Amino acid sequence: METLASPSASRLEKRVNHPFVSYLPWLVAAVVCLAAPFLIYPVFVMELLCFALFAAAFNLLLGFGGLLSFGHACFFGGAAYLCGHALKVWGLTPELGIVLATLGAGVLGVLIGMVAIRRQGIYFAMVTLALAQIVFFSCLQLPQTGGEDGLQGIPRGMLFGFIDLSAEVMVAGSKIPLAMYLFVLTLCFGGYWLIWRTVHSPFGVVLKAIRENEPRAISLGYRVDAYKLTAFVLSAMLSGLAGATKALVVGLASLTDVSWHMSGEVVLMTLLGGMGTLLGPVVGAVTVVSLHHELSALGSWVTVTIGVIFVVCVMAFRRGIVGEIAYRMKRSF
Amino acid sequence: MQARIKTLVVATVVALPLAAQAAEPLKIGILTDMSGVYAGVGGKGSVIAAELAAADAGGKVLGRPIQIVAADHQNKADIGVSKAREWFDTQGVAMINDLTNSGVGIAVQRLGTEKKRITINNGAGSTALTNKECGPYGVHYAYDTYALAKGTATALMKQGLNSWFFLQADYAFGQSLQNDAAAIVSGMGGKVLGTVKHPLATTDFSSYLLQAQSSGAKVVGLANAGGDFVNGVKQAKEFGLKQTLVGLLVFDSDIKALGLNTAQGMKFTTAYSWELTPEMEAFGKRFFAKAGFMPTMTQAGVYSSTMHYLNAVKAAGSDDADAVMKKMRSTPINDFFAKKGVIRADGRMVHDMYLVEVLKPSESKGPWDQLRLVATIPGDVAFKPLSASECSLVKK
Repeated sequence: METLASPSASRLEKRVNHPFVSYLPWLVAAVVCLAAPFLIYPVFVMELLCFALFAAAFNLLLGFGGLLSFGHACFFGGAAYLCGHALKVWGLTPELGIVLATLGAGVLGVLIGMVAIRRQGIYFAMVTLALAQIVFFSCLQLPQTGGEDGLQGIPRGMLFGFIDLSAEVMVAGSKIPLAMYLFVLTLCFGGYWLIWRTVHSPFGVVLKAIRENEPRAISLGYRVDAYKLTAFVLSAMLSGLAGATKALVVGLASLTDVSWHMSGEVVLMTLLGGMGTLLGPVVGAVTVVSLHHELSALGSWVTVTIGVIFVVCVMAFRRGIVGEIAYRMKRSF
Repeated sequence: MQARIKTLVVATVVALPLAAQAAEPLKIGILTDMSGVYAGVGGKGSVIAAELAAADAGGKVLGRPIQIVAADHQNKADIGVSKAREWFDTQGVAMINDLTNSGVGIAVQRLGTEKKRITINNGAGSTALTNKECGPYGVHYAYDTYALAKGTATALMKQGLNSWFFLQADYAFGQSLQNDAAAIVSGMGGKVLGTVKHPLATTDFSSYLLQAQSSGAKVVGLANAGGDFVNGVKQAKEFGLKQTLVGLLVFDSDIKALGLNTAQGMKFTTAYSWELTPEMEAFGKRFFAKAGFMPTMTQAGVYSSTMHYLNAVKAAGSDDADAVMKKMRSTPINDFFAKKGVIRADGRMVHDMYLVEVLKPSESKGPWDQLRLVATIPGDVAFKPLSASECSLVKK
């Protein structure tokens, strides 16, 4: 047996190092995502994708930059409002609306980031929270947002002017908004790929170095503030992309998206899934959003259940779901 | 023989889908807040009210069993609308009721227009539902902010309380309450001496109350709701405010929270309270036996509107939204909740409203005995006239 096993093992090793293997997770994810709308309710899958991107964008800042922002909802919700307004009132096409909203979130990110990155730890979190609350109360007051009634009836419109995103295709007896789904899938995969590239780039390595030991990074000659600000703005823009896409999916933008609860929820998603892992926030987002959705028939038990899960997570596996699996398998995901 | 078997087979094939269709339940969705600030107003009580209506209709309509499904929208419009979408698309829910929270209410009513399903709003008060955002399948049933503000302001003006000061929650809802009330006060020759805005969920009302006190107005109107209203009233009592304190949106549950000692003498407008008429009392007691608490106007509205819907389904002979909506509009509503209630073109259900006063602790005969009827406000006076509606469905 042994003589047979060793050559096959070395062959396996070769196969593991083959470039194809590093793309394997992407392929699996693509297959799962393409099959999902036929198995699960498609609008829900699209919402999941948006929240997964939001959590991944947040994790870029927290997990790899070591910066705990407590105001990320302002980018998510702000972009949702901007995208909704652009589509509904200015009559832009969806892709332009999303680009505009993403850039808008970027501008907001520069403004908030410039103030916030001057502080660290709890002070950083508080500054971001305070600035996000300003955005929240502005959204509450501005006539364009509709206050607590929300910005309703955002049209999905025509992508590039000729693809109807509200069209539904009949597949096996159920209607599936295929064009919309593929559009959302492309955006979310694109955003996620950008995060993956960022983390594995020299920029990402410097970011991790700053997270581990900031004075040392400074002494090595890195302009730490510029790196932090870039990471902050990138994270804000990707959060904005997620928010704008979500506004398009559900057809409305509401105060929920900009409130501090949403900022807290994304922290929860990231911690639950596994901070500092690439797959973790996605798993966390899927878990939290599915719980919210599935338990909505149980009434007040939603918050209780999520609370209990979080307590168990903190007590039993502090690295989060993916973080813990990765630690046991001694691999990174 | 051969021919008989053939007929039998054909008959079975034809009858099977019919039988399957007949057994398919008629689903009614209760989408409400079960865990947040409005859980006491709608929540589980609304589900009980709908179940009670289904049972009273015999549990069946057109030979199909009635099934009530419920979900918590957690006061998030996106959760509410995606749940409603799923109900319509995959579960065949025919009608959605309750819809506390105006953000959720408007979103789901819009969805109903898109998907051709009936939505009935009992929990949300926003007048936008029957104006800018109105829809052909949307009904606004129990109350709206206009009727509440109008009923209360008119009654007090008639008593000669003609100078007002408003404490207003600083967002669209507070704004519309204050606007409606102020318009009535100045329209009847009264004076609005000032308005102060406070942020949502304020805990310290002292500076606002001092301004109200020094304004010298006879009435201090609270254009806010829920926790803000309760906190405002409590602190006004602690300050020893001598002016008449008025709530513009008050639920029975708020009075329960305040206690009669604090709330006594306060007047407000409501659509339902079990003490008002013998029929209301009969319903209240039946509801109490199942729920353990007395129904709010939202929960009573859920029962009444669900019953009206089921009767319309029966009369129309189908659950097709167009046919049912036609019957719902053409049949007047006559039950404990409404006398000759009519659903107008803009979706507003017009019925009498009631001006009530909170009892003194010595007058109360039991833990739920807290209100006294002061005046009945006829429906055509209480609600915004159809001619003033901004709804695009109203022909002018």
